[in-house]
Formats: sequence, C-alpha cells, structure tokens
Amino acid sequence: MKVLVPVKRVVDYNVKVRVKSDQSGVDIANVKMSMNPFDEIAVEEAMRLKEKGTVTEVIAVSCGVAQCQETLRTAMAIGADRGILVVTDEELQPLAVAKILKGIAEKEQPELIILGKQAIDDDANQTGQMLAALLGWPQATFASKVEVADGKALVTREIDGGLERLELTLPAIVTTDLRLNEPRYVTLPNIMKAKKKPLETLTPADFGVDASPRLKTLKVTEPAARSAGIKVPDVAALIDKLKNEAKVV
Amino acid sequence: MSVLVIAEHDNAQLKVATLNVVAAAVQIDKDVHVLVAGGGCQAVADEASKLAGVTKVLLADSPALADALAENVAEQVLAVAGGYSHILFASTAGGKNVSPRVAAKLDVAQISDITAVISADTFERPIYAGNAIATVQSSDAVKVLTVRTTAFDALTAAGGSAEVQSLSSIADSGRSKFMGRELAKSDRPELAGASVVVSGGRGLGSAENFKILDPLADKLGAALGASRAAVDAGYAPNDWQVGQTGKIVAPQLYVAVGISGAIQHLAGMKDSKVIVAINKDGEAPIFGVADYGLVGDLFEAVPELSTNL
Repeated sequence: MKVLVPVKRVVDYNVKVRVKSDQSGVDIANVKMSMNPFDEIAVEEAMRLKEKGTVTEVIAVSCGVAQCQETLRTAMAIGADRGILVVTDEELQPLAVAKILKGIAEKEQPELIILGKQAIDDDANQTGQMLAALLGWPQATFASKVEVADGKALVTREIDGGLERLELTLPAIVTTDLRLNEPRYVTLPNIMKAKKKPLETLTPADFGVDASPRLKTLKVTEPAARSAGIKVPDVAALIDKLKNEAKVV
Repeated sequence: MSVLVIAEHDNAQLKVATLNVVAAAVQIDKDVHVLVAGGGCQAVADEASKLAGVTKVLLADSPALADALAENVAEQVLAVAGGYSHILFASTAGGKNVSPRVAAKLDVAQISDITAVISADTFERPIYAGNAIATVQSSDAVKVLTVRTTAFDALTAAGGSAEVQSLSSIADSGRSKFMGRELAKSDRPELAGASVVVSGGRGLGSAENFKILDPLADKLGAALGASRAAVDAGYAPNDWQVGQTGKIVAPQLYVAVGISGAIQHLAGMKDSKVIVAINKDGEAPIFGVADYGLVGDLFEAVPELSTNL
C-alpha cells in the first residue's frame, strides 16, 4: 500500500522572524528554511510503517516555490521513495493546497495520507482536515499512535483533557501530533542516495486547480510588546508583591 | 444574515469556550444562533438558550453525533450552513478538528484562531507563533472562523431565553468509529480557562520532581501546565503543553517554574495578566516577559512559596 506525505518548506523552528517595516509581511530573505517539524514526524511515521512491512511505497509531495525540492530531498533522505513537486510562485493557502493534494491522491491512489497537524509559519491547522473533506475520507487529527491492519487504521488522538481512539476505514487521513514519534537523524549516505531518487515536477494547473489566495493579508504587525518587570530578591518579597501590588492572590 | 456558533460541550454541559466564541460572534452580528450537535445533549441546548446574546438554539441530537466524530459533525453543520454569513468554532482540539472540513465543503477559506474582529470580513490572527499579527480580509460568501478563546471575554451565561429548535440529524458516515476515550481525572480547573496556571519546564528534571508543583497549584486553585521541553522529556502529559502547538492560555496569574521561555512557549502565555518566573538562570528569556522574576533554586523556592502563600 502507498502512503502520501505532504511536506511544507517553512522558516526554521529556531528563527525569530521580523515583521517588515512596510507591514507587508515577515522578512524571510536570507532566513534558514527547513521542513515543517510536524511534517518530519509524518515522514518518519510513514517510514516506520514501511519498515514494519505494512507500507510498500512512501511518496513525498511539496507545493510551493522551486526551492521546495530541497524539502523533498530531505523527505527522501529520511526514506521517502520518490517526490512530487507542485511548483508555483503563488502564495498558497490551505484550501488551494488541499485541492492540489486531492488531485495527487486521485492520481496516485494512496491508502493513507499522513500530514503534519499544522505548519509553524501560518499556524493554520487546516490542510489535513480540508483534504479529508474534499476526498470524502475519514480523518484522525493530532495522532499520537497509529496502527494499520486489515484495511483499517487504529489511531490514538490527543484531545483536550486526554486521549481518544478512532478506527478509520482506509483510505484515510492522519495528522501528526508531537508525541507520535521522534524523527531519525538524516545521515550523509542517505542524503547522497536521496539525490538520485525520482522527483517529478507538476503545476497546480495540471490538476485544474486555481491556487490564487482567498484571503487577502491587509497588513502584518508586531504583537503588542510585553515589557519585563522586576526581579524580586526572595520568596517573601514575591508573596508581598503578589498580594499587595498585583493583588492576584 | 445571522451567524452560527458551534457549541463546545460534552453532551452534559456547555464548555466555557462557547461563551468566548459567542462573545466574538456578537461583534459580527446581533443575530447569533448556536448549534448543539451531540447525543443526549438536551441539557446543553437548554443551557445555551440562556446565554446572553443568543437568539436561537439549534439542537441536533443523535447517536451519530454523540462522540463528536469530525465527519458527522461537519455534515450536520453543512446541513444548516446555508442560512449563515459566518460559522464560528472555538479554536480547541474539537473545533480545529471539524471546522476545516466545513470550510472545504463550502469551498471557502477558513480563518484560524482569530484574536480580533475588525469588521464582518476582516479579522486579526497571530502567525509565526504569535511573533506577528496578520490582518486578513475574506471575500468568500461564508466566513468560517475558529476563535482564540482567550482573546474574547466570555459573555455571561445568563439573561437569554432563546427558542430551541430541533433538527433532523444526519446519518453516520460509517467510515470512522469511536473506540474509546481516556480523560485525565483531575479536580483542578481546565487549563485553557483557568484563572491561575502553574507551569513547569525542563528545570524540574523529572516526572517525579513535577509533583513539587502540586501543593502550589492546590494553594492557588491553579491548573497545571508544562513547556514543550518538559512534555518531550516525558515529565508531563501532552495536554498540559502551553505554547504555539499546545494550549494558549491567558490567566490572571501564570507561574512559570524552571521554564527558560522559548518563543514557542511565550506564544502560549504572554497574554497572561501577571507572570511570575522562577528560574536559576537569571539570563533566561522568561524574565523578559515576567512581571516578577525570582532567580534561584526552584526546589527551595516552590515549597517555600506553597507554605507561605
């Protein structure tokens, strides 16, 4: 069975972005870019299913600018068998990505699509659920455990206040949460091997998708700054401040 | 046109998050309807009908909706979506699970985690872990929104007397089956809505040491939270995680113990009214947002604080 894993190129987790002075967005020129951390977990999970023998092929997909092929190479260095790049310079929003992925799913016929629960740039948390709806497939978001057997996926999900378990009939969508797995380190021999793996390049038009954004960003600003307060010398002084100054206890 | 709020509940009680979402909804339109979709949830509908600002309650009561399966709840929302200009969900695990399905089926964008209503089509939302605030405008016919609950003060749970209208409910999708749920039993308040939160970080050193926070949380009537580092290290359960990819909290008092203050953590708590930080590293970024910082050994300071408060 095939697994499809969409991966997104985002500003690296450790970079603190700056808002541009003209308020048109954040400055990502010359900033380190990486694979979205939740997508790395998704690729890792697909690889573990392959190593267990449940899955025969792992296909990584990325939508966006030409440089997304670096992200696909990383996915292939983790172990994905091949990559599909859907290239566009358009600002892609989750609905457009979901429509493109629907086109790829119809072409490739995977039994399972594993996505990160959210990207750490737009923090949208939408694409997996949207894709599930467009395909008419069941979904298990925020997964912390995935078992696949007999045409079903048994998924443990992180919910508010605890965990829940769902049984999905394949084909299905899973989105990853933090505790699903710890992605492996990519080794140099695997990076070299990944360079030789097949990478197909397509465009949104190949799937008949109009990828133009639905939401217009009017401006991007800095959040209200919170200034540092004071340091207190000891616990007694802290209690005094909380009781008499802040009046919160 | 009216706006529709999807109620957050456990079939027995309305969750407080719904009150925050209604508060956002009344800023968009005065005609606010609430959909209660669940199983055996009449009591929730009655509760929702008393909310100030709510003009009508739609009740879809069916076994297919009892476990809040995303496929079924989304179908139920879509069944009534035609009459509304805006559909609002709480930005909780439950809301985030269902809302994008509704938006995709309506072929509209979803606007996630709004923190302010500028006008009926323009909203503010944080991006990049709250390091930037985007003002976005939607030209779609229907606006599907998830609402950051901490950004809108809850409306009062009394004063309204909306009519409750029963809906014929949708059929089960048959593609996903609920197998069970384990909810942590706790006498503490729910993290997302607590007025006091005590959070621990990697500085605690172990799951065993995390218990040092219990007496302090007891004394303050606080919910317990944790940094991602502490969750990753296995010191605390995942649903305690405060931050960009965990819960967003804005309590009256936030006590950060042994938390250095990575930007992803600050994203989840910097709107708290009063922040206290206890950390042995005086240079830790958490002190940059704390109202009161105490540099010292948490294993001495926390018990002393619990005893003397």
